Amino acid sequence: MKIYTPLKALLSIGMIVGLSFSANAHRAWIVPSTTNLSGDAPWVTFDAAVSNSLFVPEHVPLRMKGLMVQDPTGKLIEAVNAHTGKYRSTFDLNLVTEGTYKIGYASGGLRASWKDKEGKRKRWPARGKEANAADFSKEVPKSADSLKVSDSYRRLETFVTSGEPTDKVFEPTNSGLELIPVTHPNDLFVGEAAKFKFLFHGEPAAGVKLAIVKGDTRYRNDQNQIDVVTDAKGYVSITWPEAGMYLIEAEYEDDKAKAPATMRTGSYGATFAVLPL
Amino acid sequence: MNRNILFSIALLLTLALSTVFSGVSNAASNQLLIEVEIPRMNVAEYHRPYVAIWLEDSNRKATQIALWYDLDMKDNEGAKWLKDIRQWWRRIGRKAEQPFDGLTSATKGAGKHTISVDLNAKELKALAAGDYQLRIEASREVGGKEVVNIPLTWPIKASDYPLKASGNSELGDVLIQVN
Repeated sequence: MKIYTPLKALLSIGMIVGLSFSANAHRAWIVPSTTNLSGDAPWVTFDAAVSNSLFVPEHVPLRMKGLMVQDPTGKLIEAVNAHTGKYRSTFDLNLVTEGTYKIGYASGGLRASWKDKEGKRKRWPARGKEANAADFSKEVPKSADSLKVSDSYRRLETFVTSGEPTDKVFEPTNSGLELIPVTHPNDLFVGEAAKFKFLFHGEPAAGVKLAIVKGDTRYRNDQNQIDVVTDAKGYVSITWPEAGMYLIEAEYEDDKAKAPATMRTGSYGATFAVLPL
Repeated sequence: MNRNILFSIALLLTLALSTVFSGVSNAASNQLLIEVEIPRMNVAEYHRPYVAIWLEDSNRKATQIALWYDLDMKDNEGAKWLKDIRQWWRRIGRKAEQPFDGLTSATKGAGKHTISVDLNAKELKALAAGDYQLRIEASREVGGKEVVNIPLTWPIKASDYPLKASGNSELGDVLIQVN
C-alpha cells in the first residue's frame, strides 16, 4: 500500500505523541489463570508478556530469567512447565502450601544515560547487560552531554492464593518501590474500596502516581484509566468500578539520591483480579 | 462449709439454671426448617449446583448452616470448585479451619429440599442477639450464580415465621419455618 507523504508524516507524529501517553506505552504484566483457589494442591497457569493491549500478548514475552516465586512461608520455589514463545512466556505453579504466593521480578541499582560525542544515546548498563556497580566508574563518563545518573528500581508482580489469604509474602524487602496491602490483593471485590500503602526503600512513599487500567482494552474505545496518587503517608485507596483483571502501574521519583546518582526512581506494576459480588 | 461443697452447689445451680433456660428455648423453637428449591433448567449441559447456606451478622461474621457439593469425587476433586460459591468462599470456605464438617452433603437435583437446623447446636446457641442475614448461594458449573438473602432476627421468635423469599435464576422459592 502506498501512503502519501503527508499522511506518513502524520502517522509518525501520531506515534511519537502516542508514546508520551502512558496509556499507549508498552506495559509488562503477569496474568494468572485464577487468583483464588480451593481444593487440594491446586494448579495455576500464568502468561507473562509486554504489550500495548491488555492482556493480549502482541509485542514481546517477559523472559523467565529473573522470575521469582515465593510460597506462603516466604520460601523461593520454582515455576514449572516454563515456555517462552514469540509473544509470551507461560509457566505453571502447583500450590501445595495453603496461603498467598508472590510471582514476579525485581531489579534495580545505578542507571545512567548520556549522549556520546557523535550525539548517540548511550545507556549503562547497556541493553541486555547486567549492572555491575564496580564497572560504573570505568564505563560511565564523569561528564557528558545529557548525562543522567539515577538509582532506579523496577518491580513487577502478581499474587495467587490457595485457601485463606496470608501476608508473609508482603514483608517489605526495603528495596525500591513496594506495595504493602491494607486490603489483600486476592480479596478485591467490585464496588468495594481497597487500600494499599507504598514504600520506597522501606519508607512511606508520598506522591506515587498510579495508573490503573482494566484488561480487555481491545473491546472498548476508551482506556478508562484510573489515576490516583498516594497521600503523605504513602496510602492510596481505589474503589473498583467493575469486576475484571486490572493492571496497576505506579511511579515514584525523588532527588534524595546519593552521588553519583542525582535522582531515585521506582516503578511498580501488578495485576490484580477484582471479583464480582 | 468447705470449698468442695460450695463448688458442688454452684455446679448444681448452674446445671439447674441452664436446664431451665434451654428448656424455655426448646419449648419455643427447636428447629429451623429451611426449604430451598433448585429450579429445573432446560439446558443442554446440566450439573447440579453447589449450594452454601450460612448466617451472617451485621459485622459479616458468618456461621455455617449447610454446604452441598460433589464431596464423593476421587481425590476430593469436587473441592476444586468450592471457590466458585464466591461469597461463601470469602466468608467461610477459604478459612483454614473448616467449621462446615458435619454440615456437608452431596449436591441435590431440581426440586424442593428441606434442611432442619438444630437451634440447640453449640455454634447457634453462642450467637449474640441481633440482626442477621440468612444467605443461600448457588453456583452451577457452566451455569450461573445467585445469592438469596433473608433478613432475620436472633434469637428466633416463632411469631415472625414463616419467612419467604425467592431467587430469579439459580434458586427458586425459599421457605423458612420454625418447629
